[in-house]
Amino acid sequence: MINVWDIHGGIHPTENKQQSTQQPITAAGIADELVFPLSQHIGAPASPVVTVGERVLKGQVIAKAKGFVSVPVHASSSGKVIAIESRPIAHPSGMSAPCIVIKTDGKDQWVEHQGLRDYTTIEKSELLERIRNAGIAGMGGAGFPSAVKLAGRDDKPIKTLIINGTECEPYITADDMLMRERADQIIAGAKILRHIVNPTNNVLIGVEDNKPESIAALEKAAEGSGITIVSFPTKYPSGGEKQLIQILTGKEVPSGGLPADIGIVCQNVGTTVAIYKAITFGEPLISRITTVTGFACKEQRNFEVLLGTPVHFLLTQCGFRPQKCERLIMGGPMMGYTINNTDTPLVKASNCVLAPTTKELPPPPPAQACIRCGLCAEACPASLLPQQLYWFSRAKEYEKLEDHNLIDCIECGACSFACPSNIPLVQYYRASKAEIRQNKLDQEKADSSKIRFEARQERLAREEAEKETKRKARQQAAKAKAAAAAAGNTPDAVQEAVDRAKAKKVSADPAQAAIERAMAKRSGSNDNQAPSLESLEKAVAAVQKRLASSSEKLQQARADGADTVAAFETAVEKTQQKLTDAQAKLEQYQADNPIATTPPPSADPAQAAIERAMAKRASSGTAETVSLESLEKALAAAEKRLSSSKQKLVEAKSEASDKVEAFKTAVQKTQQKRDDAQKKVDAFKAEHSVTNNSSAVTGDAAQDAIARALAKRDAQSVMSPTEKLQQTVDSLQKRLAKSREKLATAQANNDDSATILADSIEKMESKLANAQQQLAETQ
Amino acid sequence: MAFLKVTSPHAHGPMQTSTVMQLVILATLPGIAALTWFFGWGTIVNIAWAAIAALGFEALALKVRKRPLQFYLGDYSALVTAFLLGIALPPYAPYWMILVGVGSAILLAKHLYGGMGYNPFNPAMIGYVILLISFPVEMTTWAAPRGSFEGAMPSIADAITACFIGRDAIDGVTMATPLDLLKQNNSLLIKDLWAGNSQFGHWGGLGWEWVNIGFLIGGLFLLARRVFSWHAPISMLIALTLMSALFYDSGSSASGGSPLFHLLSGATMFGAFFIVTDPVTSAVSVKGRIIYGAIIGILIYLIRVWGNYPDAVAFAVLLMNFAAPLLDYYTQPRTYGHKKNGGQP
Repeated sequence: MINVWDIHGGIHPTENKQQSTQQPITAAGIADELVFPLSQHIGAPASPVVTVGERVLKGQVIAKAKGFVSVPVHASSSGKVIAIESRPIAHPSGMSAPCIVIKTDGKDQWVEHQGLRDYTTIEKSELLERIRNAGIAGMGGAGFPSAVKLAGRDDKPIKTLIINGTECEPYITADDMLMRERADQIIAGAKILRHIVNPTNNVLIGVEDNKPESIAALEKAAEGSGITIVSFPTKYPSGGEKQLIQILTGKEVPSGGLPADIGIVCQNVGTTVAIYKAITFGEPLISRITTVTGFACKEQRNFEVLLGTPVHFLLTQCGFRPQKCERLIMGGPMMGYTINNTDTPLVKASNCVLAPTTKELPPPPPAQACIRCGLCAEACPASLLPQQLYWFSRAKEYEKLEDHNLIDCIECGACSFACPSNIPLVQYYRASKAEIRQNKLDQEKADSSKIRFEARQERLAREEAEKETKRKARQQAAKAKAAAAAAGNTPDAVQEAVDRAKAKKVSADPAQAAIERAMAKRSGSNDNQAPSLESLEKAVAAVQKRLASSSEKLQQARADGADTVAAFETAVEKTQQKLTDAQAKLEQYQADNPIATTPPPSADPAQAAIERAMAKRASSGTAETVSLESLEKALAAAEKRLSSSKQKLVEAKSEASDKVEAFKTAVQKTQQKRDDAQKKVDAFKAEHSVTNNSSAVTGDAAQDAIARALAKRDAQSVMSPTEKLQQTVDSLQKRLAKSREKLATAQANNDDSATILADSIEKMESKLANAQQQLAETQ
Repeated sequence: MAFLKVTSPHAHGPMQTSTVMQLVILATLPGIAALTWFFGWGTIVNIAWAAIAALGFEALALKVRKRPLQFYLGDYSALVTAFLLGIALPPYAPYWMILVGVGSAILLAKHLYGGMGYNPFNPAMIGYVILLISFPVEMTTWAAPRGSFEGAMPSIADAITACFIGRDAIDGVTMATPLDLLKQNNSLLIKDLWAGNSQFGHWGGLGWEWVNIGFLIGGLFLLARRVFSWHAPISMLIALTLMSALFYDSGSSASGGSPLFHLLSGATMFGAFFIVTDPVTSAVSVKGRIIYGAIIGILIYLIRVWGNYPDAVAFAVLLMNFAAPLLDYYTQPRTYGHKKNGGQP
């Protein structure tokens, strides 16, 4: 004898089961038209694999599973696919959904199928695959794919396998009749399930004590099988999975968890038979037992129904009197839902069609005020406080609802049943649950868009900064070029100021001056034209470059389908035009100055000297500049890292973060690295000047001068305060932009650090202003 | 053809709010019978007049609040308030006092708070306490029980006259209640007090013990019909028993009275089964109800023995009405699949 536990609460509604158990299960026959919803289970809907007009056989797959939590759909009789379209389906919403419609031919011709002679020699995974391919989903009501449930997890061994024959819902007798008439199939199915899940403790079949015939039949069939039949007092909702587990094992499924978490797997008796048929005969799930009951039907009984059969096909056979029936219920009176179309097809989870007379189940009376009697709390099988949940639902206090574990409500309807004030409590809970779910989804969506938005802002700021630096670099290069060009030319009025500023720089560049002097010597009368040719060539090159980049951008825009395509096209056209102009000018010039285009190969001594000097400068300069550059880069990087570390440290301090120590260490280390880099740069510079001096010994006078000038210039360029200032300004601007961004975020979040950030931004701004002023002065 | 579109559950239990209220009224009958037998027709007249007044005030309030009259009058809740107040008032109370009491109960305590189901305090007890504070003399003048005095019991005509015209006819037959006597006693042993006063009966006050037994029977009937749970009333009675046993002092002159005396005196049983069990104003969770009842039991004893008022049910219940929401908050039951502290099992 197995010990049984009691569940909290529960109710004893009028059973109304005897009406439909008077006659044996009969086959309902084949309806003219069968409708197969693609989603008859929890999870992803199946996707059709047949086309309209195709002939299908009984048991043929007409829609295949899509994803792991999904099962295929099979034709339940032979015929022709006449439509794949939206039809009303058995769903509480009363909405339509995609269905495959088959016009039956009455031949009921089977597709070829084969069972397993001995399933014990087959791999567990193969058996599960067969169950899945047979389209089996929980037939007790929820319709969860059985293979998924049976697969379990390796880390949670199953102790107890429970077969659910409770059927606590009033009126429904489908499982009862199945147990009475096909107990041997249930036991056979239970053995297959036992083989698959391999429970370490026992296999239990739970049946309420209001089904003595079923209990007797099962006990007879289970003799010697080691499967235990457990009967327990009738009480609604003992048949709920969680409740049955509590009754049979005394254990509770953790909130939000699965029975497998406590080593239990639960399957309905109907599902068990379907699995037996699938494994033993290779038959997919194409029929089920359905109760047709309620006093609006002259005859109340159980049918073996082909899935897809429309409700009216059954009702007609039962002498349905629509004038006596106000509501048509799919399922039982406690958890069933009303359907408003008798074309609705029966699906895998349809255990009952209830057509009560108005007298039998009168329409709900208007709700009265809650008198806080607490009968609902006494009835609740989940030990919730339905009354509090009701108040909170009405007040839309979703946090309180979550506090009071609304999520654990199984919507069994016991509270509404018990409520003396006729308050539709479950309706409130459903609405609130949906609302909470929606709110959570919205929240997630908002969160991810916020992250996306911030990332985008950051990227834009970064790109903007990069552009700015490039622009500055280009500007400087252009200024240098202009200065170089202007050195021998008469500056025009507009250039004047710039040139004056540049003049200092240029004149401070002896090497350049020397080269120019040398060039001036060489060029003689061409002096004025030579740079102009160069500039024209350069202009052509630049325009070509721009054209290339514009075309590239245009292609990119076209590929992205961006609406900027038109703009780019215009840009490309303009650039093309400019290029043509520039080339024309160049050609014009070349035509005008044939001498310039073919520089005299015969080298005068000056030219040779210059070339030698240039070559030398280039070779030694390049080598030196490369390594110097890399060193400088290292130094700059170290400095940048140092400043960012310092900033982080400041932030950490202002937030009183516990990372302050870590940041301090980081700053020290970075400082060390930076100092090292500085030292290396200094050392290099020292060496460099020495080499230059020594290399200068052998040179002729001109070379000597050039070399000296070069050395000076290099030193100058390294030490140039303008560049340093420029760098400071850039880094300050970058930091400022970052801080502003942070400030915006902080303000948006109403963060305390906003004021601190604002302070630091002010300081940075004043620093930046200083640096910019200095820069302006130096330039 | 169109079918109704309604959500589950489609079946509904037999219990209706109006049924609950009718059962409560029915259950007061044995107690009322005992009251009438021992104290005359006064209680019946009280209840009848209170019922008329209550329906009138309820209709007025519903009219002002623009609520459907028939729907709300049909829930019998106003009648229940009238019965409870009528029983609690001393027999032969003047009509205007009943009017004030019922008016405060229905208008102040009930509709001002939003009507049925929203009142934080028990309306009948609010009416009672307002009267007790406003008219202490009238409210503490109880008729003498049958058998404690010589002469005939007041007739039904006397009762109506006393209520609507003047109480000269019955002034001669009023007496201090046994609870009063016990409170004022400071020199006699309980045994001697018992012997010296005709108001005492077998276990408690003469007549009072039967009135209490009457309400106990009514209460047990309601329990059997599952109109309310046993937790609050039983815990209140146990607490009262324990308190009186603790201070019984084996019947010395300082004794607070025996447990049996307290159980069968004053409004103990009436309070336990008809006032404490008022669903609207009591705690809802099982644990909450046990605590709620127990503290009421303790308060009743404290006020009876050391307080200024002879009986204490009204004050004790109103005090605990304040605490009910707090009790509910701290005594939430453990939900299926959760640990005690709110985690997983």
